[in-house]
Amino acid sequence: MVMGLNFVKYRKIYFVFSGILIIGSIVVLVLLGLKPGIDFTGGSILEIEYKSERPSNEEIAEKLKDIDLGTISIQPTGDKGVIIRMKDISEQAHQEVLAALSQEITSVPKEGGEEGEVEMIINIVPLEEKRFEAIGPVIGRELREKTITAALVSLVLMIIYIAFAFRKVKKPVSSWTYGIITFVALCHDILIPLGIFALLGKFYNIEITIPVITALLTVLGSSINNTVVVFDRIRENLLKRGESFEEIVNGGMVQTLSRQINTSLAILLAVGAIYFFGGITLKYFALALILGVLAGTYSSFFIAAPMLVTWYRFRQKGQNA
Amino acid sequence: MKNRLYLSFIFILLLAFIAGNLAYPAYIKKIFPSFPDIPFKLGLDLQGGTHLVYEADLSNIDKENYSTAMEGLRDIIERRINMFGVSEPVVQTQDAGSTHRLVVELAGVQDPAEAIKMIGQTPFLEFRTQKPEEEIQQILDKRKELEGKTEEEIKQVENWQLAFEDLYNPTELTGKYLDKAEISFDPQTSNPLILLQFDSEGSKIFEKITEENVGKILAIYIDGAPISTPVVNEKIAGGQAQISGKFTVEEAKELARNLNAGALPVPITLISQQSVGPTLGAVSLEESLKAGALGFLLVAIFMIIYYRLSGLVAALALGIYLALNLSVFKLIPVTLTLAGIGGFVLSIGMAVDANVLIFARLKEELKEDKSFSTSLEEAFRRSWSAIMDGNITLIIVALVLFELGTSFIKGFALTLIIGTIISVFSAVFITRNFLRLFSNTRLTNIKWLWG
Repeated sequence: MVMGLNFVKYRKIYFVFSGILIIGSIVVLVLLGLKPGIDFTGGSILEIEYKSERPSNEEIAEKLKDIDLGTISIQPTGDKGVIIRMKDISEQAHQEVLAALSQEITSVPKEGGEEGEVEMIINIVPLEEKRFEAIGPVIGRELREKTITAALVSLVLMIIYIAFAFRKVKKPVSSWTYGIITFVALCHDILIPLGIFALLGKFYNIEITIPVITALLTVLGSSINNTVVVFDRIRENLLKRGESFEEIVNGGMVQTLSRQINTSLAILLAVGAIYFFGGITLKYFALALILGVLAGTYSSFFIAAPMLVTWYRFRQKGQNA
Repeated sequence: MKNRLYLSFIFILLLAFIAGNLAYPAYIKKIFPSFPDIPFKLGLDLQGGTHLVYEADLSNIDKENYSTAMEGLRDIIERRINMFGVSEPVVQTQDAGSTHRLVVELAGVQDPAEAIKMIGQTPFLEFRTQKPEEEIQQILDKRKELEGKTEEEIKQVENWQLAFEDLYNPTELTGKYLDKAEISFDPQTSNPLILLQFDSEGSKIFEKITEENVGKILAIYIDGAPISTPVVNEKIAGGQAQISGKFTVEEAKELARNLNAGALPVPITLISQQSVGPTLGAVSLEESLKAGALGFLLVAIFMIIYYRLSGLVAALALGIYLALNLSVFKLIPVTLTLAGIGGFVLSIGMAVDANVLIFARLKEELKEDKSFSTSLEEAFRRSWSAIMDGNITLIIVALVLFELGTSFIKGFALTLIIGTIISVFSAVFITRNFLRLFSNTRLTNIKWLWG
């Protein structure tokens, strides 16, 4: 029944490999931290596009220097666009910023004036406001709390569901084992993308925003889905007699291998299309999904199923001792 | 058995036909012009618009009047936005614990700054008196003169602006002096009426105004629009007035609520603003649709290459899945946002999962030299538990996300839930019946075709 490949045998290698990645992610997360977007901290973001030429970052900063905007960051986008991040500003300040940005003050020598005397000329530079968001700190704090609650609630619900779905499986490991291992695999699938986002935040200024969080929570679902498929097959094989637990687990892995790869490929194709062609708003949402799906496919196969065997061995040793 | 299969097949074709044409009615409209053309409902991020969240400060209001005050606030802001001419504005109160908020969504508004300015004022109640007879007559005559004329023609008429003048003059009596408004009933006719109570200063002004305007109309305005135009019967002292008119109980309640809110200053602060310009919206829509179409194509090609004939069947089922999904989006209707389209594209990838599970199983069963139809039924039976478990966990996550309530997440979760449910239907009903059609045909002998 069990075909040539023995995946279970090399489980220690997978554990060490994932262990390094997880520890690395945790270290990166602790040292660098995540760079939260204005969704979570409060703040403003303004995207404008100049109709003609885009002024330099220095020129823009100069124009805005008299308005109280907190720490501002100016980032060019596209050919003529600029994204400006500021503290949470009032509607009045927002209008002042727009007015300042659309003015160009040039000084020319005053006609008939004395040497060195200049005249200020204010030109209106046409620009389009493409997007403006101002999120108050209250909303940001609420969202943080809500996100944490949602993550915890969905985790607990899913573990309960897995334990329930596998409730008839008692031997050789209890149904809760499946739930707990699913949880371990989940931590793996969330920590590694988060670690990568911490690095991206440090080096490329990529922020953790609501879309990224949404994607990671979806990864929870898809990762569990992967783990369930392997476990489901093992559950089915357990009903057959005459094979050792290790052989059964390995058989389940072999049988589900092509499904794991193909489903993940299909998801990656669809999400990849969003990443490359879906526009800036969905880009990092797609990236988080890609990272999560990769981690989830790996963990359901190389972590979840082999851990069943390790757990089983551990229990047996305990009983024999 | 065979008949049932054909029946299912015809049903699927019919469903695909209807769903396809609902999703994209351009072709069928040429033949049947009366075919319903339901548009997609686009979110603010795709059509451009402004999403505003206001926090109301109810600290000066008794707890039991909170909801009345909030509803009054909502009605007034709704009226202000309507005056601004926004199509289908959304104004909702949102109470969470100790915070009371008002969410305003304005689609396609050209000048959000102006809208914000208008909304920001506290509701304004005022009393206005009739203009002198001759002036009213002049205005009414002018209005008659302009009747039936176009805008261009109107501008040719001398003094045309006169027709647009108000029939009433403002007074100094405003909501500032109103103590409260209550609904009551006329003891004789038992019609509902509104009782007004002014504070002491207001009472004096009211007495003076009523004295000067006996027999005339004393109009009540909220935010510059007349709400009621009662006639003053006699001079009123003591600061109590009643508005009797032909209202229903509901209307009277609403009026009392409006008056209370107009009289009570409920300060509101803007705590969050998200505006998307119409160009960015259009670009986002185009980009995300392109990504969706490409995603679908890639997944379909992948399925056909890897699973051959079964893959082709899956790709067909995926096409029907797409049409069904889009039809459901139109029929419910689901407000499509960028996040929603993201969830939808993701669900395209996930929708093949059930198919992949079944095909992998079919391949295994066929290897054991069972007949095609036995293998097929076995494959479906055995993949069922994995399909269910996987999709239920996904729906659990999506439901939790939906409960989170932020509009981005809500849009995503909703399309994901709809997509997941339809994908299960597509795999276990559409793919299955398509594959059954091949049973007992020669094609089943060619194992290569089945991946």
